[in-house]
Amino acid sequence: MTVLTSIANLLLALALSPLLIGIINRTKAKFAGRKGQPLLQPYYDLIKLMKKGSVYSTTSTWVFRLSPVASLAALLIALTIVPSGGMSGLLSFTGDFVFMAYLLGLARFLTVIAALDTGSAFEGMGASREVQFAIIAEVVLLTGLAVLAIGTGKISLTGIYAKLWDSSASSLGPGVILVAFAFLIILLTENARIPVDDPNTHLELSMIHEVMVLDHGGIDLAFIQYGAALKLWLFAALLTGLAIPCRFGIFYLDMPVNIAGIFFTAILIGIIESCMARLRLLYVPQMLIVALAVTLASLLWILR
Amino acid sequence: MIMALILISLAVLLLGSAVCALFIGSTGRYASRAGVVTGVAGAVPAIAAAVVVLDTGKESSMRLAWQVPFGSFFISIDPLSAFFILTISIICALGAIYGRAYLRTYTGRRNLGPVWSFYNLLFASMLLVVVSRNGVLFLIAWEIMSLTSFFLVMFEHEKPEVQLAGWIYLVAAHAGQACLMILFLYLGGRNATLDFDGFGTTLSTAGAGMIFLLAVAGFGAKAGFIPLHVWLPEAHPAAPSHVSAVMSGVMIKTGIYGLVRIISLLGMPAQWWGWTLIFVGAISGVTGVLLALAQHDIKRLLAYHSIENIGIISLGLGLWLLGVSTDNPVLGALGLMGGLLHVLNHAVFKSLLFFGAGAVAHATGTRDINSLGGLQKRMPYTALSFGIGSAAICGLPPLNGFISEFLIYLSAFGMVAETGVQGGPVAGGLVTLTALGMIGGLAAACFAKVFGIVFLGEPRTVQAAGATEVSGTMQFAMVIPAVFCIALGLGGPSAIKLVTPVAGQLLGKSLGSAVSDLAFDLLWKISLGGLALIVVSVFLWNLRRRLLSDRVNSTGPTWDCGYTAPNSRMQYTASSFAWPVIDIFRWVVRPRLQVSIEKGLFPRHAKLFAHSEDVFRHLLFDPIFRAVSEIARRTHVLQQGRNQLYVLYIAVTVLLLLLFKVR
Repeated sequence: MTVLTSIANLLLALALSPLLIGIINRTKAKFAGRKGQPLLQPYYDLIKLMKKGSVYSTTSTWVFRLSPVASLAALLIALTIVPSGGMSGLLSFTGDFVFMAYLLGLARFLTVIAALDTGSAFEGMGASREVQFAIIAEVVLLTGLAVLAIGTGKISLTGIYAKLWDSSASSLGPGVILVAFAFLIILLTENARIPVDDPNTHLELSMIHEVMVLDHGGIDLAFIQYGAALKLWLFAALLTGLAIPCRFGIFYLDMPVNIAGIFFTAILIGIIESCMARLRLLYVPQMLIVALAVTLASLLWILR
Repeated sequence: MIMALILISLAVLLLGSAVCALFIGSTGRYASRAGVVTGVAGAVPAIAAAVVVLDTGKESSMRLAWQVPFGSFFISIDPLSAFFILTISIICALGAIYGRAYLRTYTGRRNLGPVWSFYNLLFASMLLVVVSRNGVLFLIAWEIMSLTSFFLVMFEHEKPEVQLAGWIYLVAAHAGQACLMILFLYLGGRNATLDFDGFGTTLSTAGAGMIFLLAVAGFGAKAGFIPLHVWLPEAHPAAPSHVSAVMSGVMIKTGIYGLVRIISLLGMPAQWWGWTLIFVGAISGVTGVLLALAQHDIKRLLAYHSIENIGIISLGLGLWLLGVSTDNPVLGALGLMGGLLHVLNHAVFKSLLFFGAGAVAHATGTRDINSLGGLQKRMPYTALSFGIGSAAICGLPPLNGFISEFLIYLSAFGMVAETGVQGGPVAGGLVTLTALGMIGGLAAACFAKVFGIVFLGEPRTVQAAGATEVSGTMQFAMVIPAVFCIALGLGGPSAIKLVTPVAGQLLGKSLGSAVSDLAFDLLWKISLGGLALIVVSVFLWNLRRRLLSDRVNSTGPTWDCGYTAPNSRMQYTASSFAWPVIDIFRWVVRPRLQVSIEKGLFPRHAKLFAHSEDVFRHLLFDPIFRAVSEIARRTHVLQQGRNQLYVLYIAVTVLLLLLFKVR
């Protein structure tokens, strides 16, 4: 039964993750007073891209072609580790979040070397910024997980999140909220959202993630965009699990609550994007350091 | 039987060394042939012996009398030795195969006889280091190892930078050797024997602590703990690439071996020992990779990465000591196993990367990352192997670097989550996993830079554009470790069996096998995840290929935002790629920028040169050595070069001692 629910959760994630992008865009449109694109626009985009042929740069090699495929695969496997709605992840074992963090690292590494494969200075620039922010973001993610591990005494995502829903973990409250705040910053950084990166900008110089995939098109771009949606889902699920510690123990109730939480995270991202401007690139590391400081504060709370 | 195998191995290598030495002055063709044959032939029995010992877990030893005070020819192979023998033999054999092809361009121009003679002698001395069980024998083997590698570093001895590198290496090696001599004198003085099995636990707590610190300093100088690392970034680039691979892949690991061996002789470790190693490991790991990121000489960069990986190994060993001393033996065992497995893993991918760097230097004539580019199309097999090695050293799944780092992470997270809130383990675990996380991110940045700038994009210079793939032998020597990277990564559950006997030896058999079973269950799932990754990738790749098969597929130039005439010099360089990270950590790395732009309205020429020197060498060791030479200059008046005067000094000294005695 648990395996079935895990699979069901995974399939829901696979099916619904592009919708998150649609929700974010719709939220931003509402804030701007526009009608906005259809909620399902990301799906239409993916379908359109899947129907296209290919144009490859003469500079690029097999690295450029393999990267979207393998990074999507890495993100898919990473998603199987994440528990949602109180149900265990499909692939769950002691230390599984290290595997998850490194799979995300693998996807990033592949994207970065594909960007360098084009020989374009713009993509090199994006790649350079991506690895710069990732260094601190990864530390924050691991420290945050360590704080949760101390608080719950568990070393697997499923274990940690199951314990958080447990009533005995109520004393962890403030610590968990602080970690959730740090995770929100990591979510914004890792998924290239405002205030770190602007997914809608058309000025290549100011971008990070979008500029790295400037030369990708067609099916490859579809894979990349779908992968980005999965990554957003993954982080939103991690965040929701912390922020909505509510569990009925019944799949048919937990699942909708969890998905509602994930959708709410998307709305929150939309609100943040509507209310904030993109930070100057020099200030992004400082924001990440703040996230690290918040994690350490939560550590103090847990260890008190 | 096992002792016979290892003796055969040593004999073959010494014979090979002697034969190669006979070819001094000849063209070098025969020396190369003899060197590679004996190098590989010497590895086979050693590997066989190591495999048998690791399989049975039984120690076998041999003791011969030796006419040296306190010395005895006492050698033994236990699982710890066997594990290092395995690592050393595989890498040295591969290095010999690669070296023959690599040195071919020097045939007739250089004296290759001594190179092969020293290479085989270095191989033999490393084997002797890990099997010797007597202080005198150990120190002699250690010294031979230092000297032979010094001579190999001095291969291109007419270059001033090579001379400097050799000199720094020689000084560093002997500073370390001095610590080891004191260590063995102290141990031997306490126990009246220099045989390892005679070192009982007669030491006081303070004495054991002092031995531990001496071991960290003495073996750390060889392993490359910061700040004792200064010789690595000099010596590795200077040596021929197969020698760099052996030195970086396995020779520095003898330092780790020595440290583990001495700790195992000291009985119950104190908690601060673990702290020391965690601290040293975190500093070495993070600083090493930061300094690596700032380099633009590919071999110097790899040398700094060795320091980083030694740091990771040290973190694992630190968790071992912390776990054992705070009564968390299972977590300690995980740290030990992770650290030891990382010894093997690092040996595999670092030798691969040095082979690749050598191939690049061979094909283009330069080691400067900023003048390379586009080699993927020109050297496909080198690029593929180097790419696999790069991903492996970053600890990315499903390759081998991840397996060992995962075990260390597991130990660290265990300390954090399962040992209760108070006490040292939580803090130790936190420091370790923060350091590891940071090292992981920085290493990925660094190897994205190396692989991306050297092999991808467009060639930045004529040399890079004209590069061709290296010979089949060199490709073979690179593909084999690349296969190991994948096999050890996907076969994590089997890889753990290599270090299980060692953990059993150091921590007790039952604990060793219990922890091994525990790790097996987890690594099995990681292998499953890795396999799933490959299966999904293949599925998506086929999907993409099938969808694209009947559509319009075209090629064109890289889109450069409407700019019509981009050239290869406009690509991002290694320095520009790394700059944002360096800039954050400029208080550690201290980069220097030299900018010169022509004055005038339309400057035609501009130059920018970024360089970062080793801050430890310039701020720590340079002042020390300047002070030493200043003192030497002051006391120079005593040295007049007259024998009569020296006799007088001796007489005065003896008289003073006599007065002191009869007082």
